[in-house]
Amino acid sequence: MDRRDFLKKTLSGTIVAGATLAFGKVGGFWNAAADAAESGKTWDLVAVRGGGPDAMFDSAISAYGGMRTFVSRGSKVVVKPNIGWDVPPERGGNTNPKLVTRIVEHCLDAGASEVTVFDHSCDSWRQCYLNSGIGEAVEKAGGKMVSADSKGYYREVSVPKGKRLNKALVHQALLDADVFFNVPVLKDHSSSMLTASMKNLMGVVWDRWYWHRNDLHQCIADFSSFRRPDLTIVDAYNVMKRNGPRGVSVNDVVNMKAQVLSTDFVAADAAAAKLYGVEPSDVRHIRLAAEMGLGRMDLQNLSINRIKLG
Amino acid sequence: MQLGSLKPLRVAVAAIFLGLTAFLFLDFREIGARSMADAVLYLQFAPSFLNFLEAATLGATGFLIVIVLTLAFGRVYCSTICPLGALQDVLGRLGGRRRYRFTKAHNGIRYAVLGLTVVLFVAGSGLLLNLLEPFSNFGRILSNLVRPLLLAANNLAALVFEQAGYHGLYRVRWPAIAPLSMGVALAMLLLVGWLSTGRGRLYCNTLCPVGTLLGILSRFSVFRIRFDSGACRECGRCERVCKAECIDFKAQSVDASRCVGCYNCLAVCPDNALRLSGASGSGSGGAGENPGRRKFLIGLVAGSVGLAATGANAASPPSAMSDAAPPPAVTPSRSTTVPEKRTSPVSPPGSRSIKHFTSRCTACHLCVSACPSRVLAPSLFEYGLSGMMQPRMSFQSAHCNFDCTVCSEICPSGAILPLSKERKQRTQVGVAQFIRENCVVYTDNTNCGACSEHCPTKAVHMVPYLNGPGRKLVIPEVNAAICVGCGGCEHACPTRPYKAIYVNGNPSHKLAEKPVVEKMEPLPDTGEDFPF
Ligand code: SF4
Ligand code: SF4
Repeated sequence: MDRRDFLKKTLSGTIVAGATLAFGKVGGFWNAAADAAESGKTWDLVAVRGGGPDAMFDSAISAYGGMRTFVSRGSKVVVKPNIGWDVPPERGGNTNPKLVTRIVEHCLDAGASEVTVFDHSCDSWRQCYLNSGIGEAVEKAGGKMVSADSKGYYREVSVPKGKRLNKALVHQALLDADVFFNVPVLKDHSSSMLTASMKNLMGVVWDRWYWHRNDLHQCIADFSSFRRPDLTIVDAYNVMKRNGPRGVSVNDVVNMKAQVLSTDFVAADAAAAKLYGVEPSDVRHIRLAAEMGLGRMDLQNLSINRIKLG
Repeated sequence: MQLGSLKPLRVAVAAIFLGLTAFLFLDFREIGARSMADAVLYLQFAPSFLNFLEAATLGATGFLIVIVLTLAFGRVYCSTICPLGALQDVLGRLGGRRRYRFTKAHNGIRYAVLGLTVVLFVAGSGLLLNLLEPFSNFGRILSNLVRPLLLAANNLAALVFEQAGYHGLYRVRWPAIAPLSMGVALAMLLLVGWLSTGRGRLYCNTLCPVGTLLGILSRFSVFRIRFDSGACRECGRCERVCKAECIDFKAQSVDASRCVGCYNCLAVCPDNALRLSGASGSGSGGAGENPGRRKFLIGLVAGSVGLAATGANAASPPSAMSDAAPPPAVTPSRSTTVPEKRTSPVSPPGSRSIKHFTSRCTACHLCVSACPSRVLAPSLFEYGLSGMMQPRMSFQSAHCNFDCTVCSEICPSGAILPLSKERKQRTQVGVAQFIRENCVVYTDNTNCGACSEHCPTKAVHMVPYLNGPGRKLVIPEVNAAICVGCGGCEHACPTRPYKAIYVNGNPSHKLAEKPVVEKMEPLPDTGEDFPF
């Protein structure tokens, strides 16, 4: 399905999405108007199940009023998937390439001037970009893959609410971006229990050692106060349920066919934790971030749009 | 063919070999060195010979071809295939044209060097071979000196292009700094540079063990430069262009043992008085060589080749370990106190054992150049004095990628033997050792687990740990049977100056057990409902 096709398809979807397309050309003005018109229907969280990673994103972003809600014409977008490991997509170690591609396509359709994708990988970066399938997929979709493998790409920033982490070296692509999409994959993690959106942000900094050395969970929560992603998209299509974060074989993976979107990454992580099968409050960095007022983990009080596909 | 056109032909062939060989060491964007390495390096004498000692396969017969070539045409290897030879020609040229003069061969030095190299090698030390062998020296010059310059240029260019929004060039991280090999490479570059600008191929004819060995063979070569005494008008031009300083035009002799087959003389002789001929003309033997010594030398070489082939060697035990590279700049909350106790360095997967590795590696650093993870770094004296500069796995700045087999594919000398991916993933080059007293979980009562994160087999797994209220702490535990020694854990471990987990090398590599893969129990949440 090419870009035009899916636009047509979304047109027949929700009213909100239809309105986006119909009035899309007026961009910012329309967004403001829509917010007013659709009062009460700005979701705290959108969750989808049952489709492919791309189809789930199509419907979820429609529920948010389409990509133009986030990306205005000419803006610079950064998409930060998890590309940490030199493993193929079916191992669930990295974000699903189909999802990343689709996000890039939506951004460009919304008029983004450029879409940059990177991750400070754990294995050697070129192998990760290659074998995750993300490198090629992004470039095909018109996005830009950039390296995060050299200290020169990072600039020092201060972390405003940091308790243990006050300073960090952050990739310049993120610092220069107008819009920031955090696109983690949901998976098991040997020490932080699970990896989702907050943990994924370890891939935008240079010095991970410091985090591990200085109360990992606190540092994860701390860094979330640096910059709130404009939207977090948790990929829970193939979920690694054990041996994370790298995984040993495909047997570690469950095909969960789910996706969670939220402008509140704490809420996104809380929902992800539920999907994974643990209580959000049991994951220490989620609890810490909620306590620091960086977001909400009280899912029962949030307005959630639950979409089921196929 | 016109004899005069042999020189341009030689120059062309040399340029091709020089260019391709250099490319192998400089291909930092990994655009093709790996796939062409075998073909390009097939004829490199020392690596091919060492490889042959390991397994007499077709892929390792390059040195035999060189021997045949030498017996037919003399030391053309030195003027075309050897990259250090070509490099000397380039450097000599850069130093300006000069006139050479016939000199006596320094037989004492060259046979002593060759003899000592062979004797040491047979005794199990490749020290002299590693220091003097031309291909390895060329490799070290390129990978330790030229490559960093290239990276610097690339990074600078990348910086400029990035400003313009172009990301096709990317910055490349520096390899671990290896002062010893950089020093040796620089010293050698200065030495051959100085000798070649002043005295042409003096290095090749005094210090190079390969040159001397081929020199002995080329005394018997069929086609070689000879004088046609009738035609020579004794103008002396040939002697002045002979960079091997082996033509004595007055005596009308050419020392075949030193002639590198550059064919400069053929190109310059106005009378065609020099010939490349099979017929025995006048001076063939060369300066003052008696048959007795010749026989002795040949016997020595042949004998040692035989000995070496039986694998008689004993690598010296590794000395105390020390990591040369400074640790990355982190501010540890507390310094660790228990030093790692490494009893053996870690040699690359495919090298079988420290003994096999150190006896075959000539420290050319091709593997170091090609390693995509940059985990291979030239050693200091971890393998002992005679193994200096031979690459080891240094987990300071990287770990060995689980799926990667590049070094085993590219090593030309058989020091690292080819491994399939499946085999590599079970080759245990060392075993992780955990020092609880250094571990963040123990010292700080907070979670860390970076080691387990990086472990591809989950040999390092996290187990529940006693702790304060409200914290689900987990601490590493090592399952040695499935550990492969990739160093993911050591590389990731954030403690300084001592790691809480490190890999101790296996002097002899082992086969790790396969991680047990259980079927996942069906999960309640695989349904289509939302758990929130
Ligand atoms: S192990 Fe590396 S340095 Fe040693 S000979 Fe092989 S490629 Fe060269
Ligand atoms: S060295 Fe460490 S990371 Fe590598 S397999 Fe062994 S335990 Fe795992």
